Amino acid sequence: MNFKLKDIGPQLMTVIAVVLVFGFFTYNAQVNMENRGIDFGYGFLSQESSFDVQFSLIEYDGSHSYFRAYLVGLLNTILVSVIGIILATILGVLVGIARLSPNYLINKFAAFYVEFFRNIPLLLQIFFWYFAALRALPLPQDAEAMFGISFLTIKGLFVPAFIWENFNIFFYSIVAAIVAIIVIRTHAKKLQETQGKQTPVLLISIGLIFILPLLSFLIGGVRLSFEVPVLKQLATTSFIYEGGVSLPPELIALALSLSLYTATFIAECVRAGIQGVGKGQKEAAASIGLTQNQVLKLVVMPQALRIIIPPTTNQYLNLTKNSSLAAAIAYPDLVLVFAGTALMQTGKAIEIVSITMFTYLSLSISISLFMNWYNNKIAITEK
Amino acid sequence: MFKYLKQLTSLVAMVAVLFTFTTESMAAKKSKTLKNTQKKGFVRCGVSQGLPGFSNADAAGNWTGVDVDVCRAVAAAVLGDANKVKFTPLSAKERFTALTSGEIDILSRNTTWTLSRDADIGLTFVGVNFYDGQGFMVRKSSGITSTSQFKNGISACTNIGTTTELNMRDFFNSRGISYEPVAFEKADEVVAAYDAGRCDTYTTDKSGLAAQRTKMKNPDEHIVLPETISKEPLGPVVRQGDSVWEDIVRWSLNTMIEAEEYGITSANADSMKTSDNPQIKRLVGAEGEMGAAFGLDNEWNLRIIKQVGNYGESYKRNIADTGILPDRGPNELWTKGGILYVPPSR
Repeated sequence: MNFKLKDIGPQLMTVIAVVLVFGFFTYNAQVNMENRGIDFGYGFLSQESSFDVQFSLIEYDGSHSYFRAYLVGLLNTILVSVIGIILATILGVLVGIARLSPNYLINKFAAFYVEFFRNIPLLLQIFFWYFAALRALPLPQDAEAMFGISFLTIKGLFVPAFIWENFNIFFYSIVAAIVAIIVIRTHAKKLQETQGKQTPVLLISIGLIFILPLLSFLIGGVRLSFEVPVLKQLATTSFIYEGGVSLPPELIALALSLSLYTATFIAECVRAGIQGVGKGQKEAAASIGLTQNQVLKLVVMPQALRIIIPPTTNQYLNLTKNSSLAAAIAYPDLVLVFAGTALMQTGKAIEIVSITMFTYLSLSISISLFMNWYNNKIAITEK
Repeated sequence: MFKYLKQLTSLVAMVAVLFTFTTESMAAKKSKTLKNTQKKGFVRCGVSQGLPGFSNADAAGNWTGVDVDVCRAVAAAVLGDANKVKFTPLSAKERFTALTSGEIDILSRNTTWTLSRDADIGLTFVGVNFYDGQGFMVRKSSGITSTSQFKNGISACTNIGTTTELNMRDFFNSRGISYEPVAFEKADEVVAAYDAGRCDTYTTDKSGLAAQRTKMKNPDEHIVLPETISKEPLGPVVRQGDSVWEDIVRWSLNTMIEAEEYGITSANADSMKTSDNPQIKRLVGAEGEMGAAFGLDNEWNLRIIKQVGNYGESYKRNIADTGILPDRGPNELWTKGGILYVPPSR
């Protein structure tokens, strides 16, 4: 008895203390809200929101519910995070490798980029890119067409919209190509393991992913046409493009600043990862006759990735959380739409802030879980 | 086992202390806010982050404006000195939480009185110190002179967390115009984005448009359209649940407006004590017991008029003389064709 209590005593007391502190705050909030006539509840989520949002991935206007407004904000947050993560990863890897380049100019330029962008507060960078872009970009009527069909203006980037006929056939052809590639890869791996034969998997894969969709155009009846944005006059000096797809400048500025900022940290992770692989490994690989590319692909990268992935996961999480700075430049993310406008219109501060916190937590944990899974997948498997 | 008794005791003691604080804070005293304010020695007042004419800080950190004057009036009434105010600049989004959580005791920040705000979120509006309405600003060069010229695809810059977003939707929907709302968290960014050409129009309360216009790179290039699309009665707000404090703020504002009605100004307030008109005498504390019900002395209203001035003086000093809105419009006394009408102090 005594022995057991000694083991669990401190833990038990910690649990009780945590529960009591939380209980105290909950109780206090309840009493205060009751005194001030504030109701607590999540019923407002089904009420009509009656405010519009600038940019939405799903159909939404003020006649939809607050829950729908929440989804709009969440999807916009996910959108800018995904774009940011992809761009930051590409740029980060390039810059990370560039920092190891023996070429003096490339090396120093990459180092300058990293030091410059990671040492300026992100919010300032967001303001800079947004307002600098606003000042530098032309008004819609002055914009030069890019490739004759796209327009980058102060009111956003206007690009042609795709108009598909028989889109489902095209979609199936891509699915079929992907399935075929997976089958071929598995087969090729088996061939190599059992008979030592090498198959040009990459070439076959590229061929498949192009040829099958192409066939869907030629014999499947798939048609693709473009709707090009057209300039429309609103008043003497005010214009807008109609038709096509428009990307608001807020999204562009935010994605740009988030990826430029985060890429600096990813670049450092990549550099650390590559430098962390012992020189002897490369020399040993070269001595058994592997080519430069094979050394990188088969020896250096698999080991470097193990060093790169965990800190890079942190950067992905940071980027996602930093996207909440969007509120400053009117990009309608979760914080602006839900923890901003919706909170103000309903006054449900505790409910909305708790939902928002829980949402960011879930997003972060999802990214974490995925990256941990990937990390485990590439970890050394002892045979 | 007894080894942990000491830790356990201290834990219990800690929790007990926490709960004592709660029960203490729950004990309803008669105007806790007044008591706390007098104890602290200053009025805690929430204002805007900078709206000329309403609440704006100069380079030295001195706040001026008609919203600021309401808080100064309360300070003069309850503390005897109009300068004993601590101003907290708040964004539209933060303002109600700051008030309900007890960070401030008066919110005087061009806030529109609506049913849902009054009834839902633990707030009480005490009156109206400015009758406003939402309008639109456009560039002169656009050739737009009326909202009827608005076309599909127009982009409108505004603030989040205000009635503006809702009115804007009602307005464009009822006219069947599709629009792009670009909503920022802070007014400065709205102005910067509109000024840069991001939006075709900037919409908020007309007083706000007039005030922000003075901040533009070239104010003459912009005009405020004549149409008003909503009613925006702006006024001070207090927390629900302290009716004495609520009354003090309400009657501080009423005193300023009624003083103008009876021609009492900061300059002549003292001499009005010997007036023949009993209503004037009541307003300067020379007749009746007008402060007793609030727990204040009898000259609380005299101090407001002497130190802050009447409503007309405040309007002239902050809004008319600064060139924001020289014409008082509806904010004129009811006796002079406006709609300012307050219950009598008696």
